[in-house]
Order: sequence, then C-alpha cells, then structure tokens
Amino acid sequence: MIDDRPHVLHSKYDVVVAGGGPAGLGAAMAARTAGAERVLVVDREAEAGGILLQCIHSGFGLHHLGEELTGPEYAQRILQSALDDGVDVLTNAYLLDIDNDQNLKLLSTDHGLSILDTRATVLAMGARERTRAAIRIPGGRPAGIFTAGAAQRLVNLNGVLPGRRVVILGSGDIGLIMARRLAMEGVEVAGVFELMPHANGLSRNIVQCVHDFDVPLHLSTTVVEIHGRNRIDKVTVAPVDDHLKPILSKAWDVPCDTLLVSVGLIPENELSRELRLRLDPTTSGPIVSSTMETSRDGVFACGNVVHIHDLVDFVSAEAELAGGHAGRFASGIRPPHDNVRLQPGANVAYCVPHTVTTDQPHTVYLRVRKPLEKSMLRLRDSEGAVVHERRLRYVVPAEMVTLKLRPGVLDGFQGDSLLVEVVAR
Amino acid sequence: MTDHDATTFSYLCIGCPLGCRLEVDEDDHGDIIEIRGSGCRKGDRYAKQEHADPRRNVTTTVAISGGLWPRLPVKTSSEIPKDQVLAACEALRQVRVQAPVKMGDVVVDDLLGTGCSVVATRHMPAIT
Repeated sequence: MIDDRPHVLHSKYDVVVAGGGPAGLGAAMAARTAGAERVLVVDREAEAGGILLQCIHSGFGLHHLGEELTGPEYAQRILQSALDDGVDVLTNAYLLDIDNDQNLKLLSTDHGLSILDTRATVLAMGARERTRAAIRIPGGRPAGIFTAGAAQRLVNLNGVLPGRRVVILGSGDIGLIMARRLAMEGVEVAGVFELMPHANGLSRNIVQCVHDFDVPLHLSTTVVEIHGRNRIDKVTVAPVDDHLKPILSKAWDVPCDTLLVSVGLIPENELSRELRLRLDPTTSGPIVSSTMETSRDGVFACGNVVHIHDLVDFVSAEAELAGGHAGRFASGIRPPHDNVRLQPGANVAYCVPHTVTTDQPHTVYLRVRKPLEKSMLRLRDSEGAVVHERRLRYVVPAEMVTLKLRPGVLDGFQGDSLLVEVVAR
Repeated sequence: MTDHDATTFSYLCIGCPLGCRLEVDEDDHGDIIEIRGSGCRKGDRYAKQEHADPRRNVTTTVAISGGLWPRLPVKTSSEIPKDQVLAACEALRQVRVQAPVKMGDVVVDDLLGTGCSVVATRHMPAIT
C-alpha cells in the first residue's frame, strides 16, 4: 500500500519475521530498537498489514495507541513506522522452511527461491478460521458457504457480495461485524445463530451490529443441516438443550443463499509443526518462555500464532516483547532461563507465557473456561499454598485476563511450578 | 414509578464487557424521569445519549479505480444520527474515486447534509 519502495533482499539478517500483520511488524520494530541491524518481514500477501486491512470497522488502538482507529488505519500506522525504522518488508513471499542452523528457505515473486541466513526468527503467522468442516455440519456441499473472514475480504477488499440472503452461524465479534457489514450493503441477514446461551461478542457489537439493523439473534440454537444442490438454498436450525444437543423436533428451515460460519480461530501452525516446536494442545500454538521464545533456540513467536487475542493492542504488546528479545538474541544477549512453570488450574484454560522467572516483571495472559461474576485469581505452589492472589471483577471466556506479575510478587518463592486458578470468592 | 404516563425504554450498555441492561423512563413530554440498571456513571451517560440522540460512526467502502483493490475503506469524520446510517451507506455506494488516494483525504464533503465529511482510512497508490 504505502510500501512502494523496491524490495532489496540481503542474504544475511539479524532477525527474520514470518508474517507482516500487527504481530510481525511490531516484532520487527522492537528488534530494530533492541539493536538488530538487518530485520526482514516476510508476508505472503501483496501488501503487509495482515487481516487488519479487511477489518474496516473502528475499535483498534485504544490501549496501544491511545486513540480509536479503523483496521486499515492501524495497519498503515505500524507499517509506516516499521519502514521508517529501517525494517525491510518483502511481500508476495513465503517462508518455506527453517533448518537447525537458522537457514531460511524463502519463496518470493520478486526473487524466486532464496536461502537466507538469520540469527533469530520470529513466527507471526497469525491464525486461520475454523471452517464448516471443523464443526461437522451435516448436509450437502453446495456453493455459498463461507467463513466470516473470507466473506469480509470479499466485501471489503474485492467489492463482491457473497449473496443476497445470509445466515450467520456464531455470535463472535467477526460474525456480528459481518452481520452489520452485509446489512449496510443491502444484504438481508436472516439471522445470527449461536449454540451457547449467551452471545460471544462484545455488548457494543450486539447493540451496534445486531440491534441497530434489526438482525434476529437466536441463542441456544444451531444449524443442523445444509440444503441445496449447486447453491445453498436453506439451512435447518434447531434449539439445543442444556447439553448443547439439538432438539430436532423443534427444528425449522431458514431459506438463504449464503451461510457464514464464524466459529473461532486456530493458530496457523504449518511452519511451527515443520520446525517440530513443542505445541500447547489447548492454544494449538507453540509453548513459549517469558521472552516469547519457542522450544527451539532463537525462534520466537507472538500474536495469534501463539494464542488467539481479543484485541490487536495486546498483539502489539506481545510483539514488542518477542521482537525485543529476538533482537537481543541476535546480538548474543541471552537472559537467564525461566525457573517457574505456570500450570492452568481450576477454571483456567491456558496461560501464556508458559514459564516465567521469579525476579523479573511479567505479563501473563490467561483465558478462563466459564464466566464468573466475582472471582479470585490465585497462584498456588505445588503444596497448594497461595503464593499470590488478586480479586477480579468479572471474567468471561471471550475476554482474556491479564495478570501483571510485578517484581517482588514471587520473592522468596522456591518451587519450580505454580498452579493458576480463577475461582469464585 | 407511580407515574402512569411513564414509558420505559431498554438499552444494552456498551461501556464495558459487563453489558448492563439499562432502563430509561420517560414522561409524556419526552423528558427522562429515571435511569435504572447502570453499574456506573458511564452507563448513565450512555443511556441519556442513546435515548435522546443515538449516533454512530459509519465505516464502509467506496469504489476506487486504478488502485490495488477495487474498494477504498472510508469512515465518517464524526458520528452521524443513527437513523441516517443506512441512507449514508446507500449514498456512499454511488461514490467512485480515482487512485491515488491518501489516508485522511476527503471523499465526500458533507454527507447527507449532516455536516460530516467522509475520509479515506488508507493510502491507495495508483497501480501502473
């Protein structure tokens, strides 16, 4: 977009970053700040910026930049800063492989196949959407079934509407935002269907995307069958019982020519798997230390490739950490190893990072399994004794909980693992 | 509450993830009698604004020729009345601009007489 300079490609880099979204660009800038001379960001699209470029709505940057921006504005801001900082950005390029000596195999439109030598690597490939196949909706395989993000790209970048009458499955923010986007373009949104008894998106999006456009929102209801030969012509929906099992006797049909599925994201881990990085089965992302280093020395990771973030602002913060450490790693600076493992306990699905040190401040992100009104976050040692606790006002699975471990919090702690729990007070 | 002429309106607060259910009682002159259900002052303020004069920022796209993509993302420079949002989208569907465009460039001066302009939210250089 604003990056119309010629792409120079060197054969040696201090830090190479896979992915030019907010995570990758943020990490690249932080690596430069930390003293890395040559930093390269590789992105497979024609322009860097990542998924923000198709998120044309506002709500980005309130935490990180102190003002509310649209996705493209946020992307352009950070891309401009990265270029001004002397980061090389190579688009239409794809990182194929990294060997044990940090030799990278790179495929690009401009340079064909190249082998690069780097001192440190940052993985920032983001996430993919779960598809219809991931939730196994029965029925035929007609055209007209899209993930919400694919539809968003079609509408906002390609200027193509996916259909005329749309059903949306899933009430996460992406699904709700697409309901509004399509309604604004004159498309009929026949309904948003949510399996759970509560909407997953922010209340702001319930109001401004659903209520504002009179879109019917059906909670505890899901799509049980897809109909249509060439093109989808209707879906069967049914309410679910307390065990989320569809009550087929109460099913009804909803005519539509398009079904959008908005049923969650999973880290994009093709490269992480090829590198045989240790992965966390809950996040599906790599296990990372407090410096955002993976199980492979000199390979760092940040953003949605590690775990799914609610806000880009948190991605940017994590990217700064990962990129800074990658830059220092490239200059031969290695902080002492982490000495405490964080283990998810009661009502905690996962913690990132997976390990910390006792003598440094850390920010730990965690996600709870179920909502709790008045709760307490506790760290317990292996004997069950409480090492640290903090009151939390309100926790929901859709919102990441941030735990700031300030210096002194773990003073005197001698063990090697801490159980993290979020329980009712 | 005893006033039999009061009409109650419900709103969902967007101030934070709690999503308080707000209720606004209005008398027959259209004045607010009472606001209930908010957990904080932000909620009261939101209920008042949303009841009296609901406004929204509009983010959409307009057609662009000669750029990398056929659509240019745009936003209103400030909030417009909520009941004009769909008309604004309709009006912006008729707009076509020519690349190059810079982020912040004004695409429409005065949107539907709201006094609010519509600006590009990214650069779109001309593709040669």
